[in-house]
This record gives sequence, C-alpha cells and structure tokens, in this order.
Amino acid sequence: MADTQRPLSPHIQIYRWQVQMVSSILHRATGIALSIGTVVIVYGLVKLAGGEDGFNDFRRIVGSPLGMVLMLGWSWALFYHLCNGVRHLLQDAGAGYQIVQFVRSSWLSAGCSVVLTVLVWAYVLTAGGAA
Amino acid sequence: MTAKDLRHPLKVARGLGASHTGVHHWWVQRVTAAALVLLGVWFVIVVLRLLGADYVTARATLAQPWNALLMIAFVVATFWHATLGLQVVIEDYVHTRWKEVVALVTVYFLAVIGALASVLAVLRIALTP
Repeated sequence: MADTQRPLSPHIQIYRWQVQMVSSILHRATGIALSIGTVVIVYGLVKLAGGEDGFNDFRRIVGSPLGMVLMLGWSWALFYHLCNGVRHLLQDAGAGYQIVQFVRSSWLSAGCSVVLTVLVWAYVLTAGGAA
Repeated sequence: MTAKDLRHPLKVARGLGASHTGVHHWWVQRVTAAALVLLGVWFVIVVLRLLGADYVTARATLAQPWNALLMIAFVVATFWHATLGLQVVIEDYVHTRWKEVVALVTVYFLAVIGALASVLAVLRIALTP
C-alpha cells in the first residue's frame, strides 16, 4: 500500500448499495466462477475422448444432486456474464451512459439472465430429462 | 495534439500509455467477448441437444466437422478471455508483487493446459473413428 499522507477515497462499505455497482461486482464474480467452471468442460471433453466408461462417470457426476446445483449456478453465471457482457460491449461503443439508462440496463441484464436460466432449466427438467 | 498537451510528441505517437502495451489487452478482451457471445449461444444449444445422450450419440455429434471446429474455437476463446479477465482481477487485488506474479503465471499455465487438453480431446474425438 502507498504510505503517503494524501487523503484516500472512502472504501466500499461507506457507499449505499445501488444496482450499477452490483452489476459490476457480479460481472467479475461470475467471470471468476465461470473460469473455475471451465474444469467441467475440459473434464467432459477429455472423458468423451477417453471412452464410454469414463463418459458415463462424467454423466453420473454432472447428473448428481451436487452436480445439478453447480450446473444451475454456472448456467446462471454464464447467462449473466453473457447479458451483462453484451451491455458492456454496447457501452464500449459509447451507448447508454445516461445514469437512468445505466440503471435500466443493469436491471435488464440481471432480468434477462434470470429469464434465460429459467427457460433453459424448464427445458432441462421437461423435454430433456436429467443430464 | 493541443497546445496544452504536455506529453512529448513521441509518447503520443507511440500511443502505448501507462500500460506500456497500449490498448492491446482491452481490445483482445472485447474481440474474444464478441466471439464468445456467438460461440457461447452455440455451446448452450449443443449441450441442450445432448441432454441425456449416450456415449455414442455424444461422440458422433461432436465428431461432426462443424461441431468439432466450433468447439475448438469455443474453448480457445474461453480460456483466452478468462485469462485476460483473471489477469485484471489479480492485478487489481494482489498488492504484493511476488504473489501477483506467481498468481498470474499460475493462471497462464492452467489456462494453457486446459485449452490444450480440450483441443487434444476434440481432435481425438473428431479424428478417431
């Protein structure tokens, strides 16, 4: 840490929570979670390449109660990072920087991620059956 | 360049700024993000279509040329994008230099191993009958 006597900006707990900061924090948090979740993708591909017994092990682990809970979490993380990522790309292009637009798009990416997660899991639990 | 700009003209011409690498990191993060918007949607659809599929079906699906190609593109873009993102997180929050370097190199190593293992697996699936 810097050892200067300059005044420092107040730390995060001093601020009132608002949706813009939550959407930003969640983008990082879901990014980290998805990075860890890549283990499942690598594991699944390697097992699929390795043979039938290994792939059945993968299916059993992913389809177990703990596996399903993790899949639910990662699927929401993926959809949130996707929706909020598109929001960030649009903002990088210069759009939506009015405060009211910023707040609205924060809620929009959160809402869209929940809707997509519900739709996908409705499909999984009805048409697709358990993984 | 305005009259008030105190930067040396060479500094402006090089355009690398305080990062010493210019906007390269920022730009690659956005390009891989744009790729992952498309590849991510494709990946979700493939996974949903393979729900409950047995070994033979799953393997035959991924062995199709387009699926194998897009899966390799997806894992490469994913690990690349993840590495760039985790790098920023580590640089922001790890304030001890040696810990920062160890964390960054560890992330690079794991990402490269993960990407190579995935690509090798897809190639085995696609190229062996």
